[in-house]
Amino acid sequence: MRRLALALALLAACAAAGWSEEALSPFESAAPLETRNKIDSLVFARLRRLGVQPARPCSDAVFLRRAYLDVTGTLPTALEARTFLLDPDPGKRQALVERLLEREEFADYRALKWCDLLRVKSEFPINLWPNGVQAYHHWIRDSIRRNVPYDRFARELLTASGSNFRVPPVNFYRAVQSREPQALAQAVALAFMGVRPAAWPKERWEGMGGFFAQVGYKYTKEWKEEILFFDPGKPAAKAIFPDGKPARPAPGQDPRAAFADWLITPENPWFTRNIANRVWSWLLGRGIIHEADDIRPDNPPGHPELLALLERDLITARYDLKRLFRLILNSQTYQLSSVPRTPGPEAQAAFASYLPRRLEAEALIDALCQITGTSERYSSPIPEPFTYVPEENRSIALADASISSPFLETFGRPPRDTGLESERNNLPSAEQRLYLLNSSHLRGKIEGLAGVLRRPAARGGFPAAQRGDPRQDLNELYLMILSRFPTDEEARSVLDYVQSAGQGAGVDVVWALINSSEFQYRH
Amino acid sequence: MSDTINVGAGDRLSRREVVRRGLMGAAGVVLADRLGLPAAMAAALAPRPARAKAVIQIWLWGGPCHIDTFDPKPGAGSDYTGPLEKPIPTNVDGVVIGELLPQLAKIADKYSIIRSMTHGINGHETAAYMVQTGRASGGRVVYPSVGAVVSHFRGHAAGYRGSIPPYIVLTEAQGRFSECGFLGSRCKPFATGGDPGRPRFEVEGIVAPGMTDERQRGRRELLHRLDTLAKAMRGDPALAAFAQSEEEAYGTILGDGAKVYDLAEEKDDVRERYGRNTFGQSCLMARRLVEHGVPYVTINYKGWDTHKQHFQTVRRKLPEMDQGTAALIQDLSERGLLESTIVWWSGEFGRTPRVMWEPPWNGGRGHYGPVFSAMLAGGGFKGGHVVGASDAKGEQVKERPVYPCDLIASIYELMGIDPSGALPHPQGLDVRVMPTPAEGVASAGVLREIM
Repeated sequence: MRRLALALALLAACAAAGWSEEALSPFESAAPLETRNKIDSLVFARLRRLGVQPARPCSDAVFLRRAYLDVTGTLPTALEARTFLLDPDPGKRQALVERLLEREEFADYRALKWCDLLRVKSEFPINLWPNGVQAYHHWIRDSIRRNVPYDRFARELLTASGSNFRVPPVNFYRAVQSREPQALAQAVALAFMGVRPAAWPKERWEGMGGFFAQVGYKYTKEWKEEILFFDPGKPAAKAIFPDGKPARPAPGQDPRAAFADWLITPENPWFTRNIANRVWSWLLGRGIIHEADDIRPDNPPGHPELLALLERDLITARYDLKRLFRLILNSQTYQLSSVPRTPGPEAQAAFASYLPRRLEAEALIDALCQITGTSERYSSPIPEPFTYVPEENRSIALADASISSPFLETFGRPPRDTGLESERNNLPSAEQRLYLLNSSHLRGKIEGLAGVLRRPAARGGFPAAQRGDPRQDLNELYLMILSRFPTDEEARSVLDYVQSAGQGAGVDVVWALINSSEFQYRH
Repeated sequence: MSDTINVGAGDRLSRREVVRRGLMGAAGVVLADRLGLPAAMAAALAPRPARAKAVIQIWLWGGPCHIDTFDPKPGAGSDYTGPLEKPIPTNVDGVVIGELLPQLAKIADKYSIIRSMTHGINGHETAAYMVQTGRASGGRVVYPSVGAVVSHFRGHAAGYRGSIPPYIVLTEAQGRFSECGFLGSRCKPFATGGDPGRPRFEVEGIVAPGMTDERQRGRRELLHRLDTLAKAMRGDPALAAFAQSEEEAYGTILGDGAKVYDLAEEKDDVRERYGRNTFGQSCLMARRLVEHGVPYVTINYKGWDTHKQHFQTVRRKLPEMDQGTAALIQDLSERGLLESTIVWWSGEFGRTPRVMWEPPWNGGRGHYGPVFSAMLAGGGFKGGHVVGASDAKGEQVKERPVYPCDLIASIYELMGIDPSGALPHPQGLDVRVMPTPAEGVASAGVLREIM
């Protein structure tokens, strides 16, 4: 770190390439707005009607970082950032989207999200137990990695029978706090229909509960193994679909199958709408129906045609979710800057700019670890059997919400009690800021960065030949932390600081970049 | 010493009638309503104004043994007492406690003992959840712990303006069994980390060793100069909230917040009195936090799960517990803070009354939920009383059971928190501070005897 400080101290008033030709921030591009696909036609038409000017297109650097974080929950390395930024190919954004959708981290990150919604935790109040959690998480992640069509994914979760270890999707019905038929119905409706318990009258829940009245559970002689099965010995109940049609399951047949078949048809008014709206909200930070899991007649979509478009596209694509990701990620709407030209909540709700939001707990600690070349240790001494996570595992790949971690808890990791999207809390708090501004945990990590700078090849970027050139050093720091080159003004600010602060200034610069909103927010 | 209820004024009698039906607080009001009782009577059932401003919860994680502490059974024989056969008298006539608690014995007039705590749960997690939320686990709702509820009603949303979070845990969070529940992360406790028993108590995020205030300020300026996104997006509500959180954080780092944690501000003899160890200094720290207006402090005191080497462990730990707890109560009392501060001493359960001499325990005690002890002082709780009783061997409740929800409802009443008040549930479920009769939670009424 001292070496860096000295190098920075030599930093002259260097006039290198910058973004200063006009008064644009490094987050915006001067390129004209394009209508790239059907999403853009609909969004821009609506903005015109509202008299709202969309934000400028985002810069390459912003797109790079945003796409990495939204698709893989992972920060680009300095090398990846440099390579992308210097690549002259005009189709590089689209190519990046393709690459990111194939990364293992895509599966990790989407599995993290699904494990929130499906309440994957080993204990309390939901008791999947550690082995069940690992099997379930592995199944979810693998389904995503293989890009199993979403309708099949849902059907497998809803109709599975067997051992929680050997048939992992049966854990869907175990990860519910109550095993009453109506509670199971509410868990199904929240996950796959975006309907909350308060949205429907009691009778509708009773009717839907009928499909889950004969879900049986039994333990085996194997420790913490549980079999989930269709139990004809339990009294059948009258099953009515939520659209009011009665079901007529054949006697001796598992009514869950009838429900799943009703659910996953393209005509179902909830199923496609729910997932299309959720994917949009995951990428844009806000559902077209807001909140994303609150679908009810008195909460209509803000842009019905847009949602209908996404639904149609998904049906045409036979529920290939990656195709929906691709459509959204390649739209100009997704690639707008987060710097608004018409400020205000109405413009934000109409997607006139990209909504900045804090990185999730897991993505944030992974980013800090990546930058500083450190790792986190996770283990859970309760419940049995104990869980020890290998140190090289990333936090976005953690299976179990029961693994305690002060960092993850402070930064709003959801307890996975309810399956609501809002359980994850990405709002900033003083406690979080204290942690990153002033804790020994972060201090230790930043000091670890000194080691990274000594091992440039291992971390990507920072070629040894360039060492000693202060502007290059600063470029590497910026690429590593903010995924972009510094502006001239920023370089001057750093130089001024280094000259006045002396020893320890390098650590302070890293500290300041990490504590900036630009680092802590996806933008 | 009285296990009975003092007869009070007429309206209190009606209240007691309701209590006697096994209903309390919230339930009482609902019942009064349902029975068509006069409004005045219903009003009498409503909580009185707050007498307590703060709670210090001494949480003995693992389950301290009732027989070795506040409910000795010298008559039960050495299979029950082990080597601790000679309980000691206290400064209250007739009240006898364990022989390893000489300091607490000198001030028994300042606290009351509950010898009939019961819930019958023998698992740490489920028992801890019951003792700290008043409800059984496994339902469809994850309930908040007492600290989170107090944080909700007395924290920032209720006008709390301190620079220290309203719910503090010394020093490690109790974990997932006693947390914010459905109230969400804004009611989570702030865990200090660090060790108050060391020469410098380094509260994680607040006290950074070797960092002068000047360097803190210099860094902060640099941060503002380099936060280009914040400059480009001035006025954005998300980033404004980020800036606000920074403002609050520095208010703590550079303001009074950090000084509260500086135990060096205390005189040496005060620090000695509490005991120069983590627990003792945590007690002192708790007093300082309460002095600064923090409404809820938990001391998470680990190491009471003594399956093996039970007596060796309690011989080492009980004197430390005795000294710290007694010093805290005494100090609060001398400073006039005891009147407004509840001290609540409890674990999640007691320990098996009969010593397990057999291998592999070789003189250990197991988990025991059928009966255990708790201690309450201050904030409107009377001192010098014993509530309830266990049987001759400390195995079952003999008189006046006290369920966790009874104790918790009593604390809320003294804090002026309406037990029938609604808690904000994210899915809009109607959840009350204390269980309603429909929930069917066992209850024997608030601790009117000592309030």
